Amino acid sequence: MAQVATTHHPEEHPTNTGLDNRKLAMWAFLGSECLFFGTFISTYLVYRNQSIVGPYPADVIDVPVTTVSTFVLLMSSFMMVMTLYSIRKGDNRGFRVWVLGTALLGSVFLGFQVFEFREFYIHYGLSPTTNLFGTSFFILTGFHGAHVTGGVIWLVSLFGQNLNGSLTQKDSLRVEIAGLYWHFVDIVWIIIFTLVYLLGANDAPPGAEASDGHAMFSQLVSQVPFV
Amino acid sequence: MQDDALKTPDSPAHSPEAEGHHPTVRGYIIIAIILGIITLIEFGVFYLEFNRLLFILVFIVLSGVKFAIVIMYYMHLKFDDILFSRLFLGGLALAAAALFALLALFQLLGA
Repeated sequence: MAQVATTHHPEEHPTNTGLDNRKLAMWAFLGSECLFFGTFISTYLVYRNQSIVGPYPADVIDVPVTTVSTFVLLMSSFMMVMTLYSIRKGDNRGFRVWVLGTALLGSVFLGFQVFEFREFYIHYGLSPTTNLFGTSFFILTGFHGAHVTGGVIWLVSLFGQNLNGSLTQKDSLRVEIAGLYWHFVDIVWIIIFTLVYLLGANDAPPGAEASDGHAMFSQLVSQVPFV
Repeated sequence: MQDDALKTPDSPAHSPEAEGHHPTVRGYIIIAIILGIITLIEFGVFYLEFNRLLFILVFIVLSGVKFAIVIMYYMHLKFDDILFSRLFLGGLALAAAALFALLALFQLLGA
């Protein structure tokens, strides 16, 4: 089997599934990444409303600003599909515009995150060691930001490869794989935005009125049949 | 295992998925607009005053819709081989199971 595989061009090597192994590997990786982020999200929810000192989510979270950064990341996903569409059509100019646009929007999102982290630290004194909210928040959003940073570097490298001629229409699978990664960081943010920002923005100190959201959340989850 | 059991993947640039099974540019734009509108709805709902449980349900449903749209149409799971879906959704199911197990472990459920 391996003999046959090595006698073909790497782009068209035969496989048991008839699917390209690189794309299969990326999907398997993304499946494992679900677990990676799943554990951080679980940790955030377990520690939700457990901080005994402030600042609390309700003190620091700015939903309007994060809505804008969420919109920016969603639009970068649109640019990413246009990037793939362009390279598949052999439109190198279009590819370069869209891929740089995607990387630019990714960078803007990172700028929002840096701004937010700075605000939290300088104005509210929230750091990863301040309380349980700080620890779980910075770990979760920080790892997501690191993934976005990796994605931006990947996109810029694709741009460079296209410029020097080593990435053309026939290599569109490489762009598709990068796109899968990019869309994944987008869907992870969709979950973080909902759980941490939209639902977490009303979290208040333990015992305060707004913390009844915790009880309501527990009530909601307890209605899941198999739990 | 026979050699003839091996199949050659379609050339990426000429595979069926590249030839028209995926959404068109117009389709991608419509999807982007829908995603933007859902985000705006989430932002608007955030400032509404109503039952907290309903509030949570609305956010979870809206984010679930966004999540599904992106994986189906932008990540092309709807059009690709079922094996890709199984790999990804398997990981997602495990992550969800870990989440509920941890919440149960820390006695957050039904508190």
